[in-house]
Amino acid sequence: MFYRENGQFNTTYAEDMAVFPIRQDRIGLALILGVAAIGVPLFGNSFFISSVMIPFLVYSLATIGLNILTGYTGLISLGTGAFMGVGAFACFKLTTAFPNVNIIFWILASGFFSAAIGMLFGLPSLRVKGFYLAVTTLAAQFFLQWCFIRIPWLYNDSASGAIEVARRTLFGFPITGAQASAQTRYLVLLGIVVFMTWIASNIVHGRIGRSWMAVRDMDIAAELMGIRLLPTKLTAFAVSSFYAGVAGACMMFLWYGGGEANDVFNINQSFNILFMVILGGLGSLVGSFMGAAFISSLPTIFKFGLPAIGINIGGATAEHLTFMVVGALIVIFLIAEPHGLARLWQITKEKLRLWPFPH
Amino acid sequence: MDFLIQVVWEGLVAGVLYALIALGFVLIFKASGVFNFAQGIMVVFAALTLVGSYEKMAAAGFTGFPAAMASIVVSLAVMFALAWLVERLVLRHLVNQPDIILFMATFGLTYFLIGFGEAVFGGDPKIMITQQLGLPTGSTEFRLPGFGPNGKDGLVLIQHIDVAATVIASLMIAALALFFQYTRIGRALRAVADSHKAALSVGITLNQIWVVVWFTAGIVALVTGIMWGARSDVSFGLSNIALKALPVLIVGGFTSVPGAIAGGLIIGIGEKLGELYLAPLLLGSTMGRGVESWVAFIIALAFVMARPQGLFGDKIIERI
Repeated sequence: MFYRENGQFNTTYAEDMAVFPIRQDRIGLALILGVAAIGVPLFGNSFFISSVMIPFLVYSLATIGLNILTGYTGLISLGTGAFMGVGAFACFKLTTAFPNVNIIFWILASGFFSAAIGMLFGLPSLRVKGFYLAVTTLAAQFFLQWCFIRIPWLYNDSASGAIEVARRTLFGFPITGAQASAQTRYLVLLGIVVFMTWIASNIVHGRIGRSWMAVRDMDIAAELMGIRLLPTKLTAFAVSSFYAGVAGACMMFLWYGGGEANDVFNINQSFNILFMVILGGLGSLVGSFMGAAFISSLPTIFKFGLPAIGINIGGATAEHLTFMVVGALIVIFLIAEPHGLARLWQITKEKLRLWPFPH
Repeated sequence: MDFLIQVVWEGLVAGVLYALIALGFVLIFKASGVFNFAQGIMVVFAALTLVGSYEKMAAAGFTGFPAAMASIVVSLAVMFALAWLVERLVLRHLVNQPDIILFMATFGLTYFLIGFGEAVFGGDPKIMITQQLGLPTGSTEFRLPGFGPNGKDGLVLIQHIDVAATVIASLMIAALALFFQYTRIGRALRAVADSHKAALSVGITLNQIWVVVWFTAGIVALVTGIMWGARSDVSFGLSNIALKALPVLIVGGFTSVPGAIAGGLIIGIGEKLGELYLAPLLLGSTMGRGVESWVAFIIALAFVMARPQGLFGDKIIERI
């Protein structure tokens, strides 16, 4: 009744091809952004922001990155965790070498380092695809993880081997380090995520995105149509790793506030992000957010949500339960809806347009 | 020189065990086209069931070899139930889906089994019941005249369990090869591997075949679990070691049983030699430790670039 495009006429081609052609969608997006930018920092408490919203945003960014590679270009990667680590270490090295440059600049710049590494490990994608490629990206995961522990230069020879996040400010407010409040970290992160999503949306709807999707649907056919595979696949790896790198830097600097890379950027992290992509929907930016929201909030729900409504389970049981639920959900989703939450959302919208008259 | 021989022997044994895990992958891949990521956790799960049920029996006062055999029967039953449930609840609903969807489904299965296994058996490492199963323990030192440093006698230490593992693995591989080649079910399996449709049209029941294949992979997982467990202990960390089976597959070829064995040996020896020679070269002998964790994957990477189908795999042909 409320969600339909009656009376909205597109008079130009550009309007017709817009990402959000229906006015209600645009209003909805503005509302969500408004709530995220004003409502959450004003009314949310620190616990909610730092253990629900910040992980959600960081994972969204990483999921968009992997979705570009797996969902849009059809190349499986199990090395996302390591590429995130490259971003975190690059940011750490850069900000300790040049402490006066703004940290946000370095967070974004660290993406270029992971993009370069990602392109290097993306080279086998020209020879193989599918499972074979998955194994070669595992090479990236394990090799880089080894580098994170074994090369002391990366963590400035500190005895603990951990990244230490120093205090950095923006307009005089501390945004990283111990003094930074959850609200400021959240707002900075939100800005980065919105900006990067906007860029990603433009890339995937443009020429590059189309060539990625052509390669995904059938790479030989795409090649015959004049799409050069080498640059297309490598840009997919580069852009994907760029996003992963920025997400990794954000994770270390705006969420964890330092820590040991081996615990954070391990193979389980890569799997986790792959699950977010699958559950959210392959090849969908909205789906990336949905998948990230779903999986990143599950542990919190089991750990803090269930006790709050009176069901008391131990921390260990909660963890086991998370594993089982995530595993079962993946199987159920693949059976019921292989295109994930994004597809469910699309179906809901179709239904809403007809509601309450189904014909 | 004796050190080198020791290292090569260790690599050989590790390679045999990698080959066993890889064999589980190959079985399922050949018969259903599913790349079963859950093989690693199946190994852990089978071993945990074995140890767990033995502990239960020991608590009831039933110990020793008969109890160990009884717990093997229990584990086999559990692996059969698992195979049946996987077919019933997952595979049956995913017929005709693209390969990647099936691959992801086994991911889901992996996570489910990790959570389920930890909830049932607890997350602590358990000790494999090596002696109760009648497997040899202890070790023998061999003297190799003239192989040591400065012309002295060299010493090579060989664990008995490693020899047993190699023998049992070889027997099992031979048995599987015979099973595939000469039995009625084996022939049906090969038919299914060739083409699902053609197999269905000559009256082969696809669902039944899948249960058989997954159960066979479960048996392989149990044997692998016993062998791995006897060398270290039974913990969920094993499922990550099982990832090493993937480079083995790349090197040997996804569809070949001999390939899995050859690949296992190459990877096993390669990573031990890598630890010995490559690590000091890269970052010095102390900082360079742990090269083992990725050498296997880099070898696989080299193979992918040079020979994507692996040593014995079928040539990859793509059509529009």
